[in-house]
Amino acid sequence: MNRILVVAEHAGGRLNASVAKCVSCALAIPDAEVTVAVLATDGTAVAAAAAEIHGVARVLLVRNPASEPALAAVLAPQVAKLAAGFSHVLGPSTTFGKDLMPRVAALLGAPQVSDVMAVESAVRFRRPVYAGNAIATVEAAPGRTLVATVRTASFQGAGGGGSAAVETVTVDAPLPAHTRFVSVSAAKSDRPDLQTAARVISGGRALGSKENFALIQRLADRLGAAVGASRAAVDAGYAPNELQVGQTGKIIAPELYVAIGISGAIQHLTGIKDARTIVAINKDAEAPIFEVADYGLVGDLFSLIPEIESQL
Amino acid sequence: MRRILVGIKRVIDYNVRVRVRPDGSGVVTDGVKMSINPFDEIALEEALRIRERGGADEVLAVALGPDDAQQQLRTALAMGADRAILVKAGEPVEPLAVARALLKLVERETPALVILGKQAIDDDCSQVGQMLAALWDRPQATFASRVEIAGERAQVTREVDAGLETIEVDLPAVITTDLRLNEPRYVKLPDIMKAKKKPLDVTDLAALGVEAEPMLKVLKYEPPPQRQKGVMVKSAAELVAALRQKGLV
Ligand SMILES: Cc1cc2nc3c(=O)[nH]c(=O)nc-3n(C[C@H](O)[C@H](O)[C@H](O)COP(=O)(O)OP(=O)(O)OC[C@H]3O[C@@H](n4cnc5c(N)ncnc54)[C@H](O)[C@@H]3O)c2cc1C
Repeated sequence: MNRILVVAEHAGGRLNASVAKCVSCALAIPDAEVTVAVLATDGTAVAAAAAEIHGVARVLLVRNPASEPALAAVLAPQVAKLAAGFSHVLGPSTTFGKDLMPRVAALLGAPQVSDVMAVESAVRFRRPVYAGNAIATVEAAPGRTLVATVRTASFQGAGGGGSAAVETVTVDAPLPAHTRFVSVSAAKSDRPDLQTAARVISGGRALGSKENFALIQRLADRLGAAVGASRAAVDAGYAPNELQVGQTGKIIAPELYVAIGISGAIQHLTGIKDARTIVAINKDAEAPIFEVADYGLVGDLFSLIPEIESQL
Repeated sequence: MRRILVGIKRVIDYNVRVRVRPDGSGVVTDGVKMSINPFDEIALEEALRIRERGGADEVLAVALGPDDAQQQLRTALAMGADRAILVKAGEPVEPLAVARALLKLVERETPALVILGKQAIDDDCSQVGQMLAALWDRPQATFASRVEIAGERAQVTREVDAGLETIEVDLPAVITTDLRLNEPRYVKLPDIMKAKKKPLDVTDLAALGVEAEPMLKVLKYEPPPQRQKGVMVKSAAELVAALRQKGLV
């Protein structure tokens, strides 16, 4: 049997959507028994939500006020202790998981497979490299713990309806005081979350200013869509960093992705490969974004956005 | 001597359209432009700025890789690094072994700060900085977009999914860079000449006492599935009609 530990991401007492996706990935491993670990101050609600994910056998709840807000240096020694007896330790390819999992792997002396997009066996996985320009099939030497991060855009979240037992456990690991949380600034928004939204409207450098970027927001609101941005738009200050889509931003898989005034650099396309339908609006008919677009429209975004709105 | 150690990886330049070799054994590298990993260039720039502000005395650039990585170290020296070390390794080395090699150098060089890129744009692993911090039992501040050093502490703003997070770490610590941390300087010709005289030491994994026993094997590389080119529509009305038909709006 493969005993798989999934490290739960959560904030503000809510389980992150990435957990159900990690569980899906875990269940794709043959003969899997899936345990979810929740490290939290209280964690009752988070653990209960994890226990409802279909396919989860057990939830381990480790209560410690030091675990929130999440700091990799504080979580890693606890996760490494919990990992004893598990064949795999999985976390999401979100900034939470990317920060934490390699630290866990190093403490375990274990290799890590980053950004798993498909499971071929208990030790063989597919993952993107070179900004998605190549897909590598990697195989881990059997017989030792394997750490992996799960490319969340590649997996549908496991459904609900489960009723796993929640066990409160204690771990005996010395925790460092050398790393301290200061603050987090997250723009409050009523829009859908970029990472889980069914529809995303993204704007690029062509918007030209923060004021003009409101055109993207307005269209998104009309469609009940999340807002995204290219790196150029974020660098220029038109949109905040958490909206960046691409190799160094978010990797997303919406039903509909609309790229407006975005050229389609490979680093941007990496983030939208799994979108069901891509729409591109660009005044340059030669823009590379049209190579991947299901629907392309050549023209000036400043006249086309209002025209689209009038058709809705 | 207050020192900053910076990691420099030789990778295919980010402007190159990477292609998989027909036999699936890797990607095409013949005649392809190689550069410093863009995130590492940012790491070096940050170290240089800290030194220029008086926060450090020496910037040490370290590369792990083939002999040719000396070119990237020379570029790092031309940008302003004081000294460089190449740890020679033939095959690509796994992140954990890279972290172990860096730890050996860290123990020898006792830097106040290690700044690495948040990921290398070839294997896209994003592991080494976190692994080094774990092995060294020191803080990590990953995906940094702002670094402020005050005495024996650093305040680092990190680009996280929720927005921007600020943490405080005691030094020594490992920082990994995100793209918005800074814009690296251009190398000037006289600096390239000067860099030729700066010390570049060459060692290897065995001399450092690091075993690079592989734990992961890449079986094959494949090109990604290509998306089909779709249709061009003539107007906003046609676009909305098409999306409506598919139930997307
Ligand atoms: C290591 C690395 C990582 C990176 N990671 C990312 C990443 O995660 N995400 C990302 O997006 N980028 C990333 N980049 C940057 C990427 O290479 C591109 O520079 C960036 O995506 C360009 O953004 P853009 O398309 O908005 O701007 P541009 O490339 O400048 O494109 C603007 C487009 O707008 C069009 N346009 C102009 N005016 C109008 C108008 N009035 N109406 C309609 N169209 C108009 C133009 O024809 C052009 O195609 C990364 C780069 C590097 C080196």
